Amino acid sequence: MQHEVICAKVSRYFLRILISLLLSFSFSLFGRVLPVGQQTNFAASAGTTKENEQWVRPAKDFASTRYSELGDITNANVKQLKLAWSFSTGVNRGQEAAPLVVGSTMYIVTPYPNILYALDLSRAGAPLKWKYEPKPAAAAQGVACCDVVNRGAVYADGKIVFNTLDVQTVAVDANSGKEIWKTKLGDINRGETITMAPLIVKNKVLVGNSGGEMGVRGWLTALDLSNGKIIWRAYSTGPDRDVLIGPQFKPFYKMDQGKDLGVSTWPPDAWKIGGGAVWGWISYDPKLDLIYYGTSNPGPWNHEQRPGDNKWTATIFARKPDSGAAIWAYQLSPHDLHDYDGINENLLLDLNIKGQTRKVLVRPERNGYIYVIDRVTGEVLSATPFVHITTSKNVDLKSGRLIYNDEKQPQLGKVIRDVCPASPGAKDWQPSAYSPKTGLLYIPHQNLCMDFENVEANYIAGTPFVGANVRMYAGPGGYRGELTAWDPVKAQRLWSIKENFPVWSGALVTAGDVVFYGTMDNWFKAVNARTGEVLWQFRTDSGIIGQPITYRAPDGKQYVAILAGVGGWSGAIVAAGLDPRDSSAALGFVNAMRDLPEHTTKGGTLYVFSLP
Amino acid sequence: MYFRFPEICAALSLTFVVCRFWFRAENWKVKTPNSKQHGGFLSPLSFLSATLALLILFMTQQATAADRELRVCADPNNLPFSNQRGEGFENRIAELIAHEQNATLHYEWWAQRRGFVRNTLRAGRCDLIIGVPAGYDPVLTTRPYYRSTYVFVSRTDRHLRIDSFDDPRLRQVKIGVQLMGDDGANAPPAHALARRGIIRNVVGYTIYGDYSEPNPPARLIDAVASGAVDVAIAWGPLAGFFASREPTPLAITPIAMPTDPPALRFSFAIAMGVRKGDTAFCDALNRILDERRPEIKKILDDYGVPQVSEKDK
Repeated sequence: MQHEVICAKVSRYFLRILISLLLSFSFSLFGRVLPVGQQTNFAASAGTTKENEQWVRPAKDFASTRYSELGDITNANVKQLKLAWSFSTGVNRGQEAAPLVVGSTMYIVTPYPNILYALDLSRAGAPLKWKYEPKPAAAAQGVACCDVVNRGAVYADGKIVFNTLDVQTVAVDANSGKEIWKTKLGDINRGETITMAPLIVKNKVLVGNSGGEMGVRGWLTALDLSNGKIIWRAYSTGPDRDVLIGPQFKPFYKMDQGKDLGVSTWPPDAWKIGGGAVWGWISYDPKLDLIYYGTSNPGPWNHEQRPGDNKWTATIFARKPDSGAAIWAYQLSPHDLHDYDGINENLLLDLNIKGQTRKVLVRPERNGYIYVIDRVTGEVLSATPFVHITTSKNVDLKSGRLIYNDEKQPQLGKVIRDVCPASPGAKDWQPSAYSPKTGLLYIPHQNLCMDFENVEANYIAGTPFVGANVRMYAGPGGYRGELTAWDPVKAQRLWSIKENFPVWSGALVTAGDVVFYGTMDNWFKAVNARTGEVLWQFRTDSGIIGQPITYRAPDGKQYVAILAGVGGWSGAIVAAGLDPRDSSAALGFVNAMRDLPEHTTKGGTLYVFSLP
Repeated sequence: MYFRFPEICAALSLTFVVCRFWFRAENWKVKTPNSKQHGGFLSPLSFLSATLALLILFMTQQATAADRELRVCADPNNLPFSNQRGEGFENRIAELIAHEQNATLHYEWWAQRRGFVRNTLRAGRCDLIIGVPAGYDPVLTTRPYYRSTYVFVSRTDRHLRIDSFDDPRLRQVKIGVQLMGDDGANAPPAHALARRGIIRNVVGYTIYGDYSEPNPPARLIDAVASGAVDVAIAWGPLAGFFASREPTPLAITPIAMPTDPPALRFSFAIAMGVRKGDTAFCDALNRILDERRPEIKKILDDYGVPQVSEKDK
């Protein structure tokens, strides 16, 4: 942060003016969270033993399963799990990153100022090998919409690659910590930031921007891993040539077919500031050679100024990684009304659906449905509610359209109550895990509804207007978060664990049939993957919104690691010190979280556990 | 404590002047025969003590002035309201308040967007926001000190003079409006147009703009001058200030309708904002706003702020 200060001193008898200046601007952010992830075609993801023992990308594999074949820690012995060592990141903001483990080194990226630490796993207590400080522009903190989070780094070809809040991608030598290249991809002055973790596919680094709330135009960009040069950029709005839609593009549904829909489904020129940021997760299927990712909500948030479907916001894209060419697209929430970003993780699974093995993409979506989609064609095979939904009636599988409930459509001057799920959705960025052993998806999510009214005088950049007052609160049942075990074949819930606060951490599942996740009120938990029984829990110093991982260290033992440090959109009340009396702060999220400061405090600590 | 040259000089010279007046007063008023015995010349001792007394008085005053800082939260890059060079009307009003309070003026610079109040006023980095809508909930507001309105802006040579959202020409011309983006609502003109189905000929300009450029919201007014849009509908102070500075003459016409039922209004009263609970400070500001109304009005007029009276609301 910087401040520019001008002081003028006036005395009554003598006029003296001292001018001193310094400064800087600062802004701060609160928290919307972005996704990070990667996926591998699960069938193809079983790599070498060594790879299975490492953790080289946040989602573990290209299919984004977050499943580890390590099975030393089991339901039978997990109760003996003990803290092996810990490490303070020195940055007490929301810790959403997944640690990486490559060989005998662990890498962690902090929230802004995005420090990269390398820890030596071959030595007792994993001492620091080196750290790399990208020194992102301080002003980026004021531009980011939400919290100053970072969802992690990725490893390939001897390089650790990650993004900085001030819209840069940087590659660092994994051994020495020396910067290899750094590429500026956008401009914080126009509201762009980056919080997502990149994915590396075929020597291309895939990166997307954040800032839908600030009127940015979303994009996904591929960089050359060897030198950081931009190879292609696919915008989420605008003419087909900008969206990289060409002759190969074959969307399944009629609503997604047509020329230049990224222009014609908007009022003229509105697509230029239309959002569709790409701050979430990317998966990759090596056999189909397709990447999959989703785009954020349209801008402006208020829908009346943007009649039309607003393509390609809240959309899943399948693209060729080499050229970026779109193969299919499916718009999850056409003409989004409720800030349902479509950036969640896509788990690439081969499932037996109605007697046939289908290559599917499973997607727990913010709008409240779990979609099972044919990842070859983009056809929706099922879309089943996994939370209480009032904003829509169903997904029409014939047309592919989400059928909205008109009664819950925000209208100027009208109070709309009981809007479920609330803006953070049934589930935000926090990534799910899938175990091929149990056949279950483990979904960390929230249970929130909201009231929406346009009543409060607001003021931005000297301009008054009547703003929206959004208040979020616990959904039916009175709890705010949940870990749900879901059978994607039967499309039904097996069990769930209710949590007081939104479950804003990722999930991890292992061959030992143990699921790990963390809570915002400082518990790191191990759960029986088949029954949901909580087998073990550990009290951390701050709430958990990070991504658990597991690995085998050079000493031959299996370890489990998690970053604790509350924050993000949900935890901004603690990390950014918001006023609990300001119910509309953090876009209304504070109302639902006003008791969080009684349960947790800021932090930034890595915890690593093992059996004795 | 330390003495500085100006204070010493002032104390000495004032002592001298005061003593002379006192001496004369003694001479003029006290016409008793004994008066000269007591008046006459001040002894060196009494002169010295008077000087010291005044010096102490000065230092006290000086300390008060140094302690009394007026810490204003302001946007460093948003004319006509404020900028870092002190060129905005809110800078001028801040100077006036500081003068009235015998305080030194400090700024906490922060882009005025989501998080502004939280990161400045509420974080204790500053104590006063010069302009907020009256009744703005995150702060305690003073009595309003001006009211302005959204206005239509067009090139004078177009002779459009549109003053109503129901003007049929609004369906043909290209219209620029500001969009807020990260709130569930937008500036009222965008809503007024949308509810009339006037959408396809509307161009949205994000209020945030490119912050590396000067005064980003002013791009909307630039667009009228350049012909990128035929009409802009903008908040009065922004339009009034920049319309008079564009190379092409621009005409501004206040929106004739004060409201657009059920929920839209186009005129807003603007007040000052302090932290909730700072009632004494708020009262003091109210007194200054009352006493200095003409000076404040002049500042607003100098910056071309279109003002409407309460009954127009």
